[in-house]
Amino acid sequence: MILTELEYEKVKTLLDREPTPTELGVFEVMWSEHCSYKSSRIHLKKLPTQGKYIVQGPGENAGVIGIGDGWLIAFKIESHNHPSYIEPFQGAATGVGGILRDIFTMGARPIAVMDSLRFGSIDQTRLINGVVEGIAHYGNCFGVPTVGGETVFEPCYSGNPLVNVFALGICREDEIFYAKASGIGNPVIYVGAKTGRDGIHGASMASAEFTEESKQKRPNVQVGDPFLEKLLLEACLEAMKTGAIVAIQDMGAAGLTSSSCEMGSRGGVGIDIDLDLVPQREPGMTAYEMLLSESQERMLLVAEKGREEEVFKVFKKWSLDAVTIGVVTPDGKLRIRHHGKIEAEIPNAALADEAPKYDRPHNVKPYRTAPLEAPAPVPDSKDLNADLLKLIGSPDLSSKRWIWEQYDYLVRSNTLAGPQAADAAVVRIKETDQSIAMSLDGNGRYCYLDPREGAKLAVAECCRNLATVGALPVAATNNLNFGNPERPEIMAQLVEAIEGIAEACTHFECPITGGNVSLYNETLGEGIYPTPVLGIIGLMKTEKPVPIAFQSEGASVILLGGFRDSSETEFGSSQYAKVILNQLWGTPPKLDMAYEKRVHEAMRTIVAEGLAESAHDLSDGGLAVTLTESCTSQLGATVQLNGHAAIAAFHEAPSRILLTTHAPEAIAEIAKTNSIDSVFIGVTIKARLQIHHGDKTLIDLPVESLKQTFEQSLPRQMKGAS
Amino acid sequence: MRAGVIVFPGSNRDHDAFHTLTANLHVPTDLVWHDQTSLSAYDLIVLPGGFSYGDYLRCGAIARFSPVMAALKKFAADGGLVFGICNGFQILVEAGLLPGALIRNRNLRFICKTIALTTSTTNSPFTSKLIRGKLLNVPIAHGEGQYFADPQTLDELEAEDRIAFRYLDNPNGSARDIAGILNQQRNILGMMPHPEDACEPLMGSTDGLGIFESLITAVRQ
Repeated sequence: MILTELEYEKVKTLLDREPTPTELGVFEVMWSEHCSYKSSRIHLKKLPTQGKYIVQGPGENAGVIGIGDGWLIAFKIESHNHPSYIEPFQGAATGVGGILRDIFTMGARPIAVMDSLRFGSIDQTRLINGVVEGIAHYGNCFGVPTVGGETVFEPCYSGNPLVNVFALGICREDEIFYAKASGIGNPVIYVGAKTGRDGIHGASMASAEFTEESKQKRPNVQVGDPFLEKLLLEACLEAMKTGAIVAIQDMGAAGLTSSSCEMGSRGGVGIDIDLDLVPQREPGMTAYEMLLSESQERMLLVAEKGREEEVFKVFKKWSLDAVTIGVVTPDGKLRIRHHGKIEAEIPNAALADEAPKYDRPHNVKPYRTAPLEAPAPVPDSKDLNADLLKLIGSPDLSSKRWIWEQYDYLVRSNTLAGPQAADAAVVRIKETDQSIAMSLDGNGRYCYLDPREGAKLAVAECCRNLATVGALPVAATNNLNFGNPERPEIMAQLVEAIEGIAEACTHFECPITGGNVSLYNETLGEGIYPTPVLGIIGLMKTEKPVPIAFQSEGASVILLGGFRDSSETEFGSSQYAKVILNQLWGTPPKLDMAYEKRVHEAMRTIVAEGLAESAHDLSDGGLAVTLTESCTSQLGATVQLNGHAAIAAFHEAPSRILLTTHAPEAIAEIAKTNSIDSVFIGVTIKARLQIHHGDKTLIDLPVESLKQTFEQSLPRQMKGAS
Repeated sequence: MRAGVIVFPGSNRDHDAFHTLTANLHVPTDLVWHDQTSLSAYDLIVLPGGFSYGDYLRCGAIARFSPVMAALKKFAADGGLVFGICNGFQILVEAGLLPGALIRNRNLRFICKTIALTTSTTNSPFTSKLIRGKLLNVPIAHGEGQYFADPQTLDELEAEDRIAFRYLDNPNGSARDIAGILNQQRNILGMMPHPEDACEPLMGSTDGLGIFESLITAVRQ
């Protein structure tokens, strides 16, 4: 049994009797960690959710912000971690499908997708290939551009890869839809794909650790059909325009069960469904199977009584099933009939709102085994040229072109900055003169060393990415990927991270509008690093975003924010420590949020005044890697550093942006006004990257070999993958 | 001049074509649902990119049975201009309006990137304003874009000057670097790259404009 004994007792109390087997299945899935957030809910309340752009915070299918001129943006992130491990292609594909439905359920047309991926190592080629092809298959066919994301490799993800998908859509203020059933007697209409036996208990699977038997759960993974979803999108948006639809919700996790009881409970009404009327893929399905099926590309909607035909007509045009399967009732109960018998009769509120809430023990130190101090002083490198090449060829830092070129990042003709073009992805809103910048970031290493600081750094990095293209952060979504919350030292990671996000999102004025919690990312007792992934969106004027790449020879290279210090203790969390020293120790880099915010302000002013030719924030791999990423096939730079050579070149202190300009004095002035450092470190030159240190030259390489190592590493590793 | 962009179930660059025609070229344009039986109101018909009918079976294989295709054949036979882009090209090939086939990319993967094209002929209503041999930067976004035909067909295409565009650095394994071809009457063009996404500076290239400007000129003459 999936429910605990206490939970079972609670079910009996709520029903005032023993549940039927079907009812028990319904409770099991609705009260699963995945659907009920029972371990995280009391802590999620700490997140800031209010702000001047916010139209809809957490609790709906997606968060919504207003961008002016009557336009709204709906966006959210969702994980599909467990299914992607069991069946990479379909797991990832249906992850994209699920989040897209969350967006267009609100009446918003999806216009951008990003994804955040974690794998155990580059050697998991079958898994990586499956996930990437799954995302490509679904997004490309559906017709939404995949404009950005991140891919990280750490051994801790080898049994628990992470697939987090972010989607964003646009709708008119007066055309937004909510999933709140109302109007006694209104018909409940089922639209989209037929119900089959796939994905049964998927939500429960995502709420438990993996064991030796987990591969047997392959039938729990759903199968996606992006073409059907595309039809569903167009049909839903068209049907919404008829004015005959009262409420609509997609059937995602826990399928028909969650969509009906959540719509009912939000509206304080009951829903009465006859399963005999549900379009079915195969005969002989039981009520239990139909209720818990997670067949994809299905929606449930409530229409105005008497106007059903208007809705049916639209779905018929798109060759989709649309049938009335039930009715809205006054009694607040979810009532399920099958073959003339009542199979389940449960108060909606009991399922959706009465789910158990746990304050799991967490008053211990968050789990970590890494030492605080460096095992030995950071050695003076013998060959920093070799170190840099090794870093930029490493799986984390090398170009992900092999991945993102498989995604259509251009469809709909809005992509002003796609992958690897600028620090944030940027899509324009054609109907206005505004564009949306977006960034996804998470750093498991930092969070493992200090979940609170790591989470804050992820927020800061997203906001810095947005500032680098001149955008103002306005709202955030988060995906909290953690291990088993029943272990206090893991629960402590979760609580610390949530509090860190709360602190930073408050500071940077980007409230959380929703998201997803994925727990039990453990296999055979081995958990992942705590991995909160932040998706933050910003507003900017529609114009060509400042690119990462150097633009001209002889431009001043400026480090906005200054060199910033890094101790050996902080250096233990860097990519240099990981890739070159093969070690992990210490703490994440220190973050001064007030200083960080001033850097963002300064950067936005610089962009607004058109002073930056190129700009790229410093993050993984530090200055040397940022410089490499900014080099083009023709242009490099020559710069001067000081301090410990390896640390100065590769430390990852935040609050720094590398930019090039032909107006260095103006930049210095803006930095001064914002009380931040700004250092002139060199100039752009033809063909080489040179990093000098005192009177020594640390790094001197032709850009051609840097670019080749950076671009060729991943394709070489993935060669022959199928 | 009036243009129609056919919308099949699963078309997804219909919006891109519509946007470019209306916003960038100011051509009055309709989105035309695939059940239409007459296209006589139009001077130009665009078959847009996407995954018509999910590209199940083969790309374009189901779309060719769509009701609008009979009307399209008549429209083309009457000399109307037909422009198939990406999935549109695949449909034209499946419908027998253009020769050859489009098979999976040589690397067996979907590829989205900006590539360089050369104009191989300016002798067509689609290319008259272009300069022969000049490079055009235009994106591709396809999984099945490898142009394939038997050597005799390829020789014919070359002999009849019907190869409109070639890839500079062949991304998908297409025979003789072919990116776009014309029919014998030169009023149908099919091409895999997306000039409709390269018509404004914000999108990084305006090299697609020349094709649409050629079409506008052709209609006005």
